[in-house]
Amino acid sequence: MSAPIPPRLRTALITTAPPLAVLGGALVGWYLISYLGLSPERRFLLPPPHEVVTEGFLNPAAGPAIATALLQTAIVAAVGLLVAFVVGVLWAVTMSQARWAERSLFPYAVVLQCIPILALVPLVGFWFGFGFSARVIVCALMALFPIVSNTLFGLRSVDVRMRELFALQRASRWQVLVQLEAPAALPAVFAGLRISAGLAVVGAIVADFFFRQGTPGIGTVISRYQALAQGAPLFAAIIAAALLGIIVFALFGWLGRRAVGSWSGEEG
Amino acid sequence: MATTTTENAVDFDRVGLTFANGTTALTDVSLRIRKGEFVSIVGPSGCGKSTLLRIASGLSAATAGQCDVARSHVGYVFQDATLLPWRTALRNVELFGELSGARSDKAARKAAAKRTLDEVGLAGFEDHLPHQLSGGMRMRVSLARSLTIEPDLFLFDEPFGALDEITRDRLNDLVFDLFLEHGFAGMFVTHSVREAVAMSTRVVVMTGRPGSIIEEFEVPFGENRGPELRESPEFADLVARVGHSLRGASVV
Repeated sequence: MSAPIPPRLRTALITTAPPLAVLGGALVGWYLISYLGLSPERRFLLPPPHEVVTEGFLNPAAGPAIATALLQTAIVAAVGLLVAFVVGVLWAVTMSQARWAERSLFPYAVVLQCIPILALVPLVGFWFGFGFSARVIVCALMALFPIVSNTLFGLRSVDVRMRELFALQRASRWQVLVQLEAPAALPAVFAGLRISAGLAVVGAIVADFFFRQGTPGIGTVISRYQALAQGAPLFAAIIAAALLGIIVFALFGWLGRRAVGSWSGEEG
Repeated sequence: MATTTTENAVDFDRVGLTFANGTTALTDVSLRIRKGEFVSIVGPSGCGKSTLLRIASGLSAATAGQCDVARSHVGYVFQDATLLPWRTALRNVELFGELSGARSDKAARKAAAKRTLDEVGLAGFEDHLPHQLSGGMRMRVSLARSLTIEPDLFLFDEPFGALDEITRDRLNDLVFDLFLEHGFAGMFVTHSVREAVAMSTRVVVMTGRPGSIIEEFEVPFGENRGPELRESPEFADLVARVGHSLRGASVV
């Protein structure tokens, strides 16, 4: 018998080993394409991974610029997400209060989801300038729909017996909202926030491509390296942007479990 | 509250209910439940016995006849425990006091809730969340929650149907003890004849489509119930007679 593996370590291995194996495979594939698929003069199109690290992240001309831009993007996305959260929750609560309100307002949530936000971005620039507030508005537009629809779904998900229980106690509409609907909606709200957080990051990057004023974000940096055909820093910036998205996604997953995991059965 | 000489907690007078689609759920149901009575209603599925409870509680309105209930203190236990999953057992029991908006101080409400939890046998489980409790325990919390409003009338809508038999027996005995202790009028809907006989002072048999009352049985066992009663021949005899009546009702 080999030495027993502690259960915690075992679970950690089971959850981390498969994605790490995929990552390893992807890196091997990346090297193969870079060295075997591309001639040396075209290698800048896909520089090998170690060059992305040394000439991208560790390059004093690129690394710090990427980090600063990423922080700026994170701030823009966070403010945009906050705006989307406040507007989205108010929107959903309004719709949950009366069928006529839902009938009047829900189509516009769907419209918001269906119109190509990219087409709106230049307009947002014209109206709100090409700096911070315009970027925040793009993020908020991107992030709004999942929050609206998930919050509404959550508020509506309350069991009819629970509603009757509150009705029998002659609970006010406010009491039903605060004591019953809002807590019941929390898991769905967090699921929506998780999706929206990623979209807000995408929104901030998209806005960078259109808006040239204000503090540059990671999107600005990406488009600059793209224009200069600097492969390694370009890849470093893209990977950094992706990491921000992953971190934000994980953060909201964790927050959601902290907030509702103890009672919603999603513990662990 | 108006006190009448008869002390009726519920008075159904030729109550009928026809839904908007034309289906008649109840027809010509007359039933009086006085304070100090615990009445079980047994009947086949879909005979409208739960509808009767909904009318008594005010959740549904009768379309014929009249139903008089003093609705200020009505307890209601559903088929599910209907606990708020994010609240501990104790905080669930405190809910009705909070909703009533009475500016009573929190400490007193908490103490009362704790006493009620003790009374239903859940001392020590105050801080457990519903998903950490068994089905029977969740039902106990649900009972405690309704007890905090000191009900004059306590309505039960097949609350123990999903529980195993031993747990169900124990909860039947608990409900009967609570009935003796608190003196509310009980109205208990079930399809278990055994359960109905074990914990009632009167059993009403209903037939379906449309729902109406076909027979009533007085239960002569007094205040001493429990495991010994369930094993007695008198108990088996009454269960058989009610069961016979119910089978007559169920012929479709």
